[in-house]
Amino acid sequence: MAVLDTLTSGLRTLGHKVIEGVWRIGFAARFFFAVLMYSGTAFRRFNLTIREIYFTGVLSLIIILISGLFVGMVLGLQGYDTLQRYGSSEALGVLVALSLVRELGPVISALLFASRAGSAITAEIGLMKTTEQLSAMEMMAVNPIARVVAPRFWAGVMSMPLLAAMFSAMGVIGGYLVGVKLIGVDEGAFWSQMQSSVDVRLDIVNGVIKSFVFGIAVTLISVFEGYDADPTAEGVSGATTRTVVTSSLAILALDFILTAFMFRGVG
Amino acid sequence: MTSANLVEIDNVNFAYDSQRTILRGINMTIPQGKVVAIMGGSGCGKTTLLRLIGGQIKPTSGAVRVAGQTVHELKEDGLYALRRKMGMLFQFGALFTDMSVFDNVAFQMREHTDLPEEMIRDLVLMKLHAVGLRGAHRLMPSELSGGMARRVALARAIALDPMLIMYDEPFAGLDPISLGVIGQLIRTLNDALGATSILVTHDIMESLKIVDYVYFVSEGVIVAEGTADEIRASKMPFVHQFVNGEPDGPVPFQYPAPDYATDLQGNGRA
Amino acid sequence: MNRATIDLWVGIFVTLGIAALVFLALKVGNLASFGNEPMYAVSAEFDNIGGLKVRAPVRSAGVVVGRVTDIQFDTRKYVAVVSMSLSQKYQFSKDTSAQVLTSGLLGEQYVGLQAGGDDANLANGDRIKITSSAVVLENLISRFMFNSAEKTGQTKGETN
Repeated sequence: MAVLDTLTSGLRTLGHKVIEGVWRIGFAARFFFAVLMYSGTAFRRFNLTIREIYFTGVLSLIIILISGLFVGMVLGLQGYDTLQRYGSSEALGVLVALSLVRELGPVISALLFASRAGSAITAEIGLMKTTEQLSAMEMMAVNPIARVVAPRFWAGVMSMPLLAAMFSAMGVIGGYLVGVKLIGVDEGAFWSQMQSSVDVRLDIVNGVIKSFVFGIAVTLISVFEGYDADPTAEGVSGATTRTVVTSSLAILALDFILTAFMFRGVG
Repeated sequence: MTSANLVEIDNVNFAYDSQRTILRGINMTIPQGKVVAIMGGSGCGKTTLLRLIGGQIKPTSGAVRVAGQTVHELKEDGLYALRRKMGMLFQFGALFTDMSVFDNVAFQMREHTDLPEEMIRDLVLMKLHAVGLRGAHRLMPSELSGGMARRVALARAIALDPMLIMYDEPFAGLDPISLGVIGQLIRTLNDALGATSILVTHDIMESLKIVDYVYFVSEGVIVAEGTADEIRASKMPFVHQFVNGEPDGPVPFQYPAPDYATDLQGNGRA
Repeated sequence: MNRATIDLWVGIFVTLGIAALVFLALKVGNLASFGNEPMYAVSAEFDNIGGLKVRAPVRSAGVVVGRVTDIQFDTRKYVAVVSMSLSQKYQFSKDTSAQVLTSGLLGEQYVGLQAGGDDANLANGDRIKITSSAVVLENLISRFMFNSAEKTGQTKGETN
């Protein structure tokens, strides 16, 4: 009997979780449409969005640039180590550039963005809710989705591709420094092989599209978790954690899906 | 009719879900130009009433009319138009923490009007002067004391000269001097602006000095009402207990600071 | 934070981002080649294209002159039809021959063009008549082994 009870309660918990999850997805979708619908203000009064680009984009600049440089340098070292075994160390440029532009640039910069800017967005909106600032705004006949959420959303969506591009560029420079300046791979071969193998539309544009999609996902999760947070200290801290966890999982899952579509049948 | 009563609450019921009914059959009229207090213990539904008037939530049944318009039937545009004529002071001020005192007061003017920046500056300084904080306009909310933050929030609430000002627990957590200052401001601003004020509070002594009419709410129903003098003279056991702050009476749980044993029992049940 | 400072920083940020994109497009990628140049299309039939892929380069004398745009299988003639798009800058005679080649021993495969002597040039939509297929390594090896087996057989026969 006890086993049956445990089983029933287990099933009930599972059912409850599923229903809650589905409900939350529906709620998030409605929230997304509301953000899009009330985006007029974010563009009409673009200085609101510019301000948020400062807080999400500019303040993430240092971490993105430094991480990009180091990731590129590590790629240079590891790539050289592997490639020279097959006597093709000139292909180092290709390896560094393709891994960065296709995968590491968009993915790592999105992960960093989620933990640097996404968590800050969630905490800020959550605290505004906790201290009744959002309610106060509503009572002052100002829609908080239009005034607070939409500018942050668009700022994140616009910042993300730029940050990813900077990450990739810094990474290529890092790979160049280690590969060419430190190890001594031929400079001409490094750049020319890179240029002949990296396709602008196929690799670079697809990388930008990826980072754009990640930007939408991360900022949407961030503003949603903030807006949906329980108006308590624990609620906000829980929401901040959820932002980082959910965003990271979303980035990796979306990356798989996008890669499967983009590079299908490409050698 | 609208000139006599600015706000009419007509047989309103409100429940978040079927188990928890917050308000039951509330009837209230708030006449133009008066300061009316809604009193009762914590969690009796006072703040819910303010939210109903502001249209942030819809009544389960019944209607709330402000200036002749039924609030819950308004479309978003109409509701926002109505809210521009309302000011609300939140319990802890709810100042925008990322803006200076000046920008907080200027917020609605910038959002809703096309006034030139010089005129906004003059207006903001006038509002801040009215609450005695003109000198503090450069400070950030984090640099203000609780009483000052409440006064800035008051200046912000009256920024667009509203016809209705709502106060959610304006006296909570203030020292006696700030308490007196806020109390006086509520009365003088109401009379100077020709506005109508609704006070939600459990601070009976301070409120009775300034209000015209009082409603007592307990467990979602109105249990008593009357002018300040009637309330003071009331022989109703509940009102008597509330006014005199007696620890024991007909509704012990409604006492604003419940005694230790009741508090423990309350927690045990929850 | 001052409005002007924020504007300045966001300006720097956007400039850096666009600079990074331009760097990626020009220095890392190959936007410089065939960006918006006018192109013309030609096609060729091969018995076997080996591992040739769409977007593989088309080279003549080692210079990249175009790209493979499409590969189809003709079910009537049982041959591969390779469509290519060549830069308008480079004109080839009508009797140009096409060949599927491999760069290096195991490198990527590409289409090599060898110009002929005809006065008329290939025009948009033309088909290259003279083609030779990819060298399939397995065939090459088996032919070599067959030949050497034959030779050994002959030498054996002679000695016997």
